[in-house]
Parts: sequence; C-alpha cells; structure tokens
Amino acid sequence: MIQSFRENRRLQGFLLILPTLLVMLVMLVLPLTLTVITSFGQRDADGNVIYTFTLENYWRLLGFTETGWDDLYLGILMRSLWLAVQTTVIVILMAYPLAYFIARAPEKRRNFLLFLVLIPLWTNFIIRIYAWVMILRGQGVLNSALGGVAGLLSIPFTPFDFYPSQGAVLVGMVYEFLPFMILPIYTSLEKIEPNLYEAAADLYANAFHTFWRVTVPLSMPGVVAGTILTFVPVIGTFVVSDILGGRQVILVGNLVQRQFLDARNPPFGSAASIILLLMTLALTLYYTRRFGLGEEIAAG
Amino acid sequence: MAEYAVELRNVWKRFPGPGGEVVTAVRDVSLKIADGEFFALLGPSGCGKTTSLRMIAGFELPTEGEVFLHGRPMGRTPPFQRPVNTVFQSYALFPHMTIGENVAFGLQMKKVDRQEVQRRVGEALEMVRLSGYERRKPKQLSGGQQQRIALARALVNRPEVLLLDEPLGALDLKLRKEMQLELKKLQREVGITFIFVTHDQEEALTMSDRIAVMEGGVALQVGDANDIYEHPNCRFVADFIGETNFLDGVVGALEPGKARVDAAGGVSLWAHTPQPVTPGQKVTVTIRPEKMHIRPTATDVNLLSGRVTDVVYIGTDTHYGVTLAGGQTIRVREQNYSAESRLLAREGEPVSVRFAIEAARVLTE
Ligand SMILES: Nc1ncnc2c1ncn2[C@@H]1O[C@H](COP(=O)(O)OP(=O)(O)OP(=O)(O)O)[C@@H](O)[C@H]1O
Ligand SMILES: [Mg+2]
Repeated sequence: MIQSFRENRRLQGFLLILPTLLVMLVMLVLPLTLTVITSFGQRDADGNVIYTFTLENYWRLLGFTETGWDDLYLGILMRSLWLAVQTTVIVILMAYPLAYFIARAPEKRRNFLLFLVLIPLWTNFIIRIYAWVMILRGQGVLNSALGGVAGLLSIPFTPFDFYPSQGAVLVGMVYEFLPFMILPIYTSLEKIEPNLYEAAADLYANAFHTFWRVTVPLSMPGVVAGTILTFVPVIGTFVVSDILGGRQVILVGNLVQRQFLDARNPPFGSAASIILLLMTLALTLYYTRRFGLGEEIAAG
Repeated sequence: MAEYAVELRNVWKRFPGPGGEVVTAVRDVSLKIADGEFFALLGPSGCGKTTSLRMIAGFELPTEGEVFLHGRPMGRTPPFQRPVNTVFQSYALFPHMTIGENVAFGLQMKKVDRQEVQRRVGEALEMVRLSGYERRKPKQLSGGQQQRIALARALVNRPEVLLLDEPLGALDLKLRKEMQLELKKLQREVGITFIFVTHDQEEALTMSDRIAVMEGGVALQVGDANDIYEHPNCRFVADFIGETNFLDGVVGALEPGKARVDAAGGVSLWAHTPQPVTPGQKVTVTIRPEKMHIRPTATDVNLLSGRVTDVVYIGTDTHYGVTLAGGQTIRVREQNYSAESRLLAREGEPVSVRFAIEAARVLTE
C-alpha cells in the first residue's frame, strides 16, 4: 500500500494540488458559474433575481434597447480599455528606465533601491489614492505650489481643476501599478548575463545597438509579465476611478459595482462582468500568443 | 615586418580589492605577438591571464602601460572599435537569437550588405562544420557545438586578432583533444593571430607556436614549447611545465658555462649555467627525470649515489625514486625501449644516478 503510494506519481501530484484545487473550486469556479447563470436571468421589481434564460442583458450591454441604439455601455467598455492601454504604456515607459537603473547599480545598492520601490505598498491602497486627492484638488499641494511659483513671478494664477477628472484617474492608476511593472522588468534585466553585453561590444555593437538588440529582447519576459499584472487589474478596478474621478469617470468596474449595489440589478451586473472577463481573456490570450510568456527567451 | 599584431608594453592592471586594498592582477607585462602566431597565455588560476586578454579586447583599460594593435596605440578605444574578437569561456551566445543571427551579428553591426552577410555566415558555419544549424537556438546545441558557433561568430568578422579565454574549458577530455587539433588546423587555414588563454600546460604545448608563462601577474618566460621545457628561466616555469627535480645547493667551483653545485649531505654535481653565478651563491639545480639514468655503465661527470625507495613500472617507462646522501629524493625515468626490458634496480638497492652536465640547469630564482 505504502509502497504503491510512493510510486504513484499521479496520486502524489493530485494530493499536492488538492488544497489549491479546493480553493479554486470554492472561490472561483462556483462563483463564476453562478455569475454566468445570473447573467442570463432577469430581475423582478424588488431587485430579486429570476432565473430564466434570456439574452436581454447582453443585448442591452451591446446597445440594443427598446428605444433604439444606445452606445452608453459600449462607451464605458471602450473607455476602460483605452485607460488600461494608456496606463500600461505610460507605466512601461516610466518603469523600464528605473528598472534598468536599478539592475545596473552596484550589487549592494540594488536591494536598497528595490526597497524604496516597495515602500509605498506598505500603506493602504485607499489611503495612497486619497493622498493623490490631497495633491491634485483645487487647494491641493500641486495647485499651491504652482500658485506659489506664479506669485513669485507675479503671474495671475487660477487653480487648475486637476481633480476630479479622467486625467487624475490616469495619474492614480499609473502610480498604483508602477511597482508591478518595475519588479518583473528588473528581474529579467538582472538575469541577463553580463558577458552578453561584452559579447555585443566585442561584435562592434555600440551602446545603442546593444540596448535594442540584446537588452530589450532579453527583458521582454519582464515587460510581458508586467503588462499582464498592470493591464488586467486596471481594466477591472473601480476604486481609483471612484475616488479620483469623483464618481464621474465610469469604468466597467464601476458599472458592475453599481449594478450590484446601487441599481440592485445583479443579472445586468453579471452580464457586464462576463463581458469584461471575456474581453480581458481575449486580449491576454492575443498578447501572450503574440509576445509569448517569455520562457523560451529566458537566458540559458 | 617589424610591426607586431599585438604588443603589450609595460602593462599594469590594479583593481580595488573588496577590503579597500589594491589587487595587482597584471604586473609590468611586456609581450610582442607576431602576425599569424598562435600564442598561449599559460599559468595557474588567478595569475592574470584573463585580465591581460581583457585589456587587449578593451573590456579593461591598463592602469599603466599601453596596448598596441598592429602598431596603433589603443588608449581608451572601446571594445566595439577594436579589430579583435573574443571567444568567451562561457561562449556568451545570444540566447534569443538563432545560430544564424548570432553569427551574423558582428557583420550587421559593421553594416556589411545583406547578401555578403548571408554568404559569409554560410562560409563560417561550413568552416566549423555546422552548416544547416542556422535556424536553431543556442540552447538546442551541445556544448561542443556551441563552442564552435562562438568560434564562427568571432571568425566571421575576420578580426586582426582572435582572443580565446579557455574556450575548451567546459568540454570533456575527448572532445577537448579533438577541438585542440581542430582549432590549430583552423588557425593555420585562416592565418589570423590567435591568443589563447589556458591553465593546462599540455594544451598550451600541443597548440601554440609560443607560450608566455604567467604567475602572480608577471610574464615569467616567453618562448616556444621546446624552449620553455628545455630552458626554463626560473624555478616556477620548470615546475609548472612537465615534471622535474630540484636540488638546492651552493655554487662551488666555476668553469665557462658550468658550475659545481654542492648540495646537502656531500652531494655534488656539475650543471650548466645559463645566467652568470658567483661562488658561494645559493642556487637551485633542475634536472628532468627522463634525462637521468641509473644504468651502471657510468662514464659521465655527474654520478650521484643513492638508494632506490620506490619503483613504478608503467609499461613504456619505469619510474624510480632515489634518495641521495643528503636526504633529497629525485625521480628518474627510464624508457623501456629494448625488446626485453627489465627492472634495473629494486627497492632498497644502492644505485648510481648519472646525467650529462647539459641536462642539469642552474636556476638563480
Ligand atoms: N574586476 C576585478 N576586480 C577585482 N579583482 C579582480 C578583478 N578581475 C580580476 N581580479 C583579480 O585579479 C587577479 C587575476 O585575475 P584573472 O581573472 O586575470 O586570473 P586568471 O589568470 O584568468 O585566472 P583563472 O585561470 O582562474 O581564470 C585575481 O587575483 C583576481 O581576483
Ligand atoms: Mg581566467
């Protein structure tokens, strides 16, 4: 009995993944199934779910209503998508040089620099976003500073409306997800063997060519990982847009949240979640197909 | 032509050590390496071979002194502007590129036109007998194949000088021997100057036209294999290359080109003096084991009596350990060349060891 267990690799493997499997089943598969079922349902006058099979929620999301075509919800989807793209691109552009700088720093200093990157994460997420309200609002830090400078130069100054706005939401998102891009890029940069740089230099590549032909391709796994870690959460989050958008910037995340909590329309909220899920899945699949998960490039 | 492919003139390299002290990796090294030469830097670990090579490639700059390539002082010229290429010990092939892209890299950087690149990459792969591997990734190749690609990637650029840092270090013995001969043949064919770093004396002797023996950052002796083996200029070189015996003693009598050296226990012998010595000077005499004999027909000047302490028969040779009157043990190697070779002495027997004056060399350092 014991002997056969030792040799039964399949059983061993199964037992090893069992805890995760249970958690996934209870926390992911069940709720997801429930959401799918609900999304085909209807709501009665009291906000209770009637389980039927109707595509009505999906039609409404795509813009078909009794009164004609309405792109309200598609607009929200597009806006979320666009914001996620913007955030990801800006975060890559900001994180890459920083990660490069850390990876090239003397070994002893690298840990300290990484530590600095992680410090903000010690503070609660909500508090960090509220801090941006303090910075961006009418009488906030930024406007006071600008006003001070304008005063010194004796230029008339009216405070900017940085907050609430879509721009403020973008700033908050970029700020929030920067560390999640820096860390994977740093990791892949740090893994590049120094003698590959020397080999490139030996083969007549100057700093520019070495960067584009060696550094960038070899750090792509980090960029891919960072992109997924940024893009996917940004497209679904609702807290940042709630706080920094002053409830005016509505993203898919906000839509879903409000359908469940304010509008008491779980079927419609479920349908919106499913659309969001499918969209994210499709984009992630396309992206990883196109750029790979990076494992084949990993140094070796 | 008086111009050398590579010249190091009084080159020093000092590194800041971990504790703030100064590590001198290369000390006042001067080398002149001719065009088309296969030149080896040989020495034990940490003697400064890699550092010397890296200064030629431009990865390190000399703290003092100057490196010349074909007479041009290199100064602070960065690696990518030097007409040399390196084969790294770990190969350093670009893992994200195919073999074809790896080999083409240098030519592309030099803006050679596309068709020419393709042609030369094909030629280079043919040269290392790996045609048809263009589309593979480095990971899909064996160690020996990767090594050959590293070679092709460097040679395709037709550098003035090719630098190789222990390129065979990661290969198993059999492959290593094969590659030694192959490399040597390749070098003859392309006629490019090779500077080859190794800590394996046999490898250096097999492959090189000339060898520089390094130790503690100093190039102790430069010469061809025969020169270094037969005429070592110091104790370290004699010891590092092949097997040898040392007898410490004091110079007694002098004659032109030779000296009598008196060792402990009344052991006295005549030896050749490549450098001038003075009576009373403390010296070391080196004698290779195969240049001594214990056959009893003695007519030579040098005849040392001792007692056999061990006998090792290995077929082609028999090795005898002989302890002399002063307690020194010397090793003597007799070739078993006659049809019926038999032992010349047994353990415990008294014997006379004889050798020519020229076989013994007086070393002053
Ligand atoms: N970048 C560096 N910083 C500090 N010390 C160094 C550096 N590079 C080399 N050294 C020191 O210089 C000395 C010579 O090193 P080098 O790498 O040239 O030796 P080597 O002859 O190539 O040895 P091996 O056969 O082990 O490769 C060593 O003592 C080494 O510790
Ligand atoms: Mg070395």
